Amino acid sequence: MSWGAALRAALIALLLALVLRPDWFEPLFAPAAPAGGPVIYERASLLSLSLSHLGLVALASGAATLVAVTLAVLVTRPAGAAFRPLSRTITNIGQTFPPVAVLALAVPALGFGAGPTLVALFLYGLLPIFENAVTGLSSLPPSAMEAARGIGLNRRQRLFQVELPLALPVILTGIRLSVVIALGTATIGSTVAARTLGEVIIAGLLTNNTAYVLQGGLIVGLFAVLIYDALVQLERRLARRLGVAG
Amino acid sequence: MIEIDAITKVYDGTPAVDAVSLTVETGTITAIVGTSGSGKTTLLRMINRLVEPSSGEVRINGEPTTGLPKVTLRRRIGYAIQGHGLFPHHSVARNIGAVPRLLGWPRDEIRARVDELLELFSMPPDAFRDRYPGELSGGQQQRVGVARALASRPDMILMDEPFGALDPIIRTRAQEDLKRIQQALGSTILIVTHDMEEAIQLGDKVAVMDAGKLVQYAAPAEIIAKPATEFVAEMVGGVDRPLKMLSLVPVSEIVEEGAVDGPAIGAETSLRDALSTCLWSGRDALRVEREGRVVGHVTLAAIRARAEAHR
Ligand SMILES: Nc1ncnc2c1ncn2[C@@H]1O[C@H](COP(=O)(O)OP(=O)(O)O)[C@@H](O)[C@H]1O
Ligand SMILES: [Mg+2]
Repeated sequence: MSWGAALRAALIALLLALVLRPDWFEPLFAPAAPAGGPVIYERASLLSLSLSHLGLVALASGAATLVAVTLAVLVTRPAGAAFRPLSRTITNIGQTFPPVAVLALAVPALGFGAGPTLVALFLYGLLPIFENAVTGLSSLPPSAMEAARGIGLNRRQRLFQVELPLALPVILTGIRLSVVIALGTATIGSTVAARTLGEVIIAGLLTNNTAYVLQGGLIVGLFAVLIYDALVQLERRLARRLGVAG
Repeated sequence: MIEIDAITKVYDGTPAVDAVSLTVETGTITAIVGTSGSGKTTLLRMINRLVEPSSGEVRINGEPTTGLPKVTLRRRIGYAIQGHGLFPHHSVARNIGAVPRLLGWPRDEIRARVDELLELFSMPPDAFRDRYPGELSGGQQQRVGVARALASRPDMILMDEPFGALDPIIRTRAQEDLKRIQQALGSTILIVTHDMEEAIQLGDKVAVMDAGKLVQYAAPAEIIAKPATEFVAEMVGGVDRPLKMLSLVPVSEIVEEGAVDGPAIGAETSLRDALSTCLWSGRDALRVEREGRVVGHVTLAAIRARAEAHR
């Protein structure tokens, strides 16, 4: 087993233990807890918070991927080229808007709960995916594109059988950036009552309990590292196949 | 029959192809030859409408190519693009089977056809079927590109410098294979090359292009014997013109009665190779055989006379 694989297995084990058996870590976190106060977060199961956190991220990133890739496909068609600057502006605005402001604005419309968080994560996730999809779709190998036309694939077949598969590694890089941003950003969703791991961190901040903050932060951080790593592996595998192509 | 009728393509005010007309007979190979930038690729791409002509038209069996949807037209015409153009994310089998799949062939028929073509190009199917283009040498990639063009057994095939990346020995064999396949299937082939030698070997007719214009369109022997312009003469090459001429003529054309001793050559051997054998073996005459039976002999003097006939 390589060092990388061993480290990965160790991190997965640590994450599972933190989520499923938080009481094991009581001695570790005790020094950070206020005297006589609780060390381990017990108001909600960490497992259900984790699942709900990941669910929100998956939903928002899925929707962002769908919208961003569709937009990228449209603006890379000859007929859509005119909309490229406009769509870039829109996705850029999504990125520059602070997520807290999005939450504040979305609560009156959507109420407390998961809704505003989903909107914020969605808007925040658009830009990296869109930018990468546009790059991927506009830097395809010209000879493969020429062949696709020459042997008689129609536009639709070219898009689904040649263009998107060839752009996939680059698009995946965008998705990875977006997912990792969303994993972190989702924590602030707990300020508007979305069920995320942010709940643990915020409870810690409110009660001056650093043990809670450490616990929540560590779990979110481990998720981010492991998911990032998994997506990198996937991209490598895809790119290796395409990359060795002459 | 492909009729190219006064076809022109203008890019930014300069014609890349300038009023070219030529007719390709069904079941023949036409080689388009010219220096780089002379408009060969553009001419070829106007036939399957990858490029729309600025003026002029192309007719296939009398029907203008504009009468069909582009996709239908292209699926009917085999196309081997310059520099192979394989899909890097598809296996060799999937690349070769691309057009049959588009045409809705049954799965096992596609598979059988892919194996047949790999066999034909000396690439054992078991070793190559599931590889990806990136795992092949340049020459193998190019052969897969040609196999893809042939896969659906199209009547008409366009090839853009298909043998450019092959080393000389494999190249000669690939040319022979192509000629054999073409004769067996009776397909009509337009092949682009920058190599006059290749054009002469392969073409029933040779079209020479210079700066977008068709400067000569004739049988190889005539191109060598009577080059229409300075440029064609230069392409043919001065010194070895007699040898090129001899390479077009089989021994059977000047065979004489009676057997002689020494090494034998086949009746379909070219006079150029016969001359070489004469010189190498130090003989003035060679025995000629066909399928193991003696049909006569060929003399050095006769070969020489034949070479001089075109002077
Ligand atoms: N899409 C294009 N846009 C502008 N000029 C082109 C285009 N395609 C080809 N040309 C020009 O047309 C000429 C002929 O090119 P091409 O047909 O590729 O020549 P060949 O295949 O004989 O090398 C060249 O001068 C080339 O620069
Ligand atoms: Mg060319």
